Amino acid sequence: MAHFDKLTSRVVPLLVDDIDTDQIIPARYLKVTSKDGLGPALFADWRAPGKPGAILDTDDAKGCAILLAGHNFGCGSSREHAPWALFGYGFRAVVASSFADIFKGNALKNSVLPVQVDAATLAKLHAVRAADPSLSITIDLASQKLVAPGVEASFPVDAFAKTCLLQGVDELGYLLSHLKEIEAHEQRP
Amino acid sequence: MTIKKTLFEKVWESHVVLQEQGAPAILNIDLHLVHEVTSPQAFDGLRARGLKVRRPDRTVATMDHSTPTTKTPLPMLEPMARTQLETLARNCEQFGIRLHAYGSETTGIVHVIGPERGLTRPGMTIVCGDSHTSTHGAFGALAFGIGTSEVEHVLASQCLLATRPKTFAINVEGKLRPGVTAKDIILAICGEIGVGGATGYVLEYRGSAIRSLDMAGRMTVCNMSIEAGARAGMIAPDEVTFEYLANTPEAPKGAAWDEAVARWKKLPTDEGASFDREITIDGSALAPMITFGTNPGMAIPIDAPVPGGAAYDKALAYMDVQAGKPLLGKKVDVVFVGSCTNSRMEDLRAAASVLQGRKVDSSVRMLVVPGSKKIQRDAEAEGLDRIFREAGAEWREPGCSMCIAMNGDEVPAGKVAVSTSNRNFEGRQGKGSRTFLASPLTAAASAVRGVVTDPRALLGDR
Repeated sequence: MAHFDKLTSRVVPLLVDDIDTDQIIPARYLKVTSKDGLGPALFADWRAPGKPGAILDTDDAKGCAILLAGHNFGCGSSREHAPWALFGYGFRAVVASSFADIFKGNALKNSVLPVQVDAATLAKLHAVRAADPSLSITIDLASQKLVAPGVEASFPVDAFAKTCLLQGVDELGYLLSHLKEIEAHEQRP
Repeated sequence: MTIKKTLFEKVWESHVVLQEQGAPAILNIDLHLVHEVTSPQAFDGLRARGLKVRRPDRTVATMDHSTPTTKTPLPMLEPMARTQLETLARNCEQFGIRLHAYGSETTGIVHVIGPERGLTRPGMTIVCGDSHTSTHGAFGALAFGIGTSEVEHVLASQCLLATRPKTFAINVEGKLRPGVTAKDIILAICGEIGVGGATGYVLEYRGSAIRSLDMAGRMTVCNMSIEAGARAGMIAPDEVTFEYLANTPEAPKGAAWDEAVARWKKLPTDEGASFDREITIDGSALAPMITFGTNPGMAIPIDAPVPGGAAYDKALAYMDVQAGKPLLGKKVDVVFVGSCTNSRMEDLRAAASVLQGRKVDSSVRMLVVPGSKKIQRDAEAEGLDRIFREAGAEWREPGCSMCIAMNGDEVPAGKVAVSTSNRNFEGRQGKGSRTFLASPLTAAASAVRGVVTDPRALLGDR
């Protein structure tokens, strides 16, 4: 797993609530057997002119590593292809006012940081981005702080997931280090 | 005084291996269900680390998402679907996992065959790389969807790292009116609490309306827990549960059965146990429900006007639906009866009861897709296939089919479907498709009339 500590980047705004994982990556792109190369499938059906994802193919979005979304990001299907597609496009963080549970867990395991801020902070970030497309945001995982011009917010991260991200290790090592306890548990009547 | 516990708490606590300070709980998993779409990268991960599947005896695989619902031999499938199925078969062989392969007599949708075979049992922890794993909660199991990284974790360790969710009781009381089904209950719940309303919670469905449901209905309710944001939904096991399981091929038998039932009877929530959140819904006041927008929380009684306002503008524009008017009478192009939500015998019987002696409107394409090979055979033995065919519907091979539209069964762009599946997201049933979610009764009635139809209008004819 890629290590994550601090990120400074321009942002792509996508102010839609309840974005489901079928929008993040439509099902027809799930017929793969690898995690790689899914960037072009990201928001595939929203990237046409006039659709909310059209911005992804503009010069403004080039090199952006932060997606600025709405409320309840990532609801629906458990497909981990959603964070794989976000990662494949180049995103390393999604800022939203809430996340669906399964998406949040999947994102953390793929070095795409779900950054949850309150609705007022999110609205301000969208307003600042609308006024200045060159807006750059800094996200610092160690201090759990998001900083932008005129905005400073802290965000929650599960302590264990944070350690894994800072060290660039996944959770399986921890599980496998407790095989004895697992075996003992399974032997119980 | 003993501590009063909920069903969820009993199952959770008996499966926690270890809970260290600053770390999530290590949760032991009793049953891991695997399918072709969300597993290949997990098996690759095992190989990359030189790991084995720790408990192949607790792991069961099936092929359902990419499989055609026509009798197409595997070598004739389109290349990506074929590769995905062959990859699962190879992985199951290499790691010693039992596979209910495409075309076999025991194949079917993962959430249909687990219960049907008696693999799903009360008090278990069950996971699968599929968000509708919540279905198995109908048996009093703690069952939830996981991502592919977690599939790898469970394959390697038979455990997951999990943070304890909060508890949310949903009481549905009263007697359902004619034409109102389990699907209408869960759509009403999604409409009430919203698509993200239960995020962070495990639901327990309680009350007389829930108790009165058969297992198929309970599975329909639990299936869509995720559509309200809850990873899992549970219903306490009772005599209905035990009777269902007693008739399954892989449930315990003899003394082991008696012992299991005695254990299962201790699972229901203790009288006086408390939940973090609780709501009550009057089941006797429910009408057949239908969705009007682009997530399952956008659900209304079928005769109610579509709500308006800025929050719905994008959804209504996509759906080509007008605020202030009911959906009744809206032209329908496709009707789909199937999916892990509504593809069981009881669902097929409900649809057939409407279609018997009637015809699907000539402007409608109707697909009926049984949830498993067993259901297909049972329905054929009962003559349901004849009713569907004579009405002009397509009777197809089992699978997920048009619910996720990965297998070629798609709603064309711009067309309107009334579907018994679980998601009405933009493009869910094919790029540009528009989906109204409803019960099998409503779907069948809409197929007959060619427009969105209140099933009570046709039930009344009989």
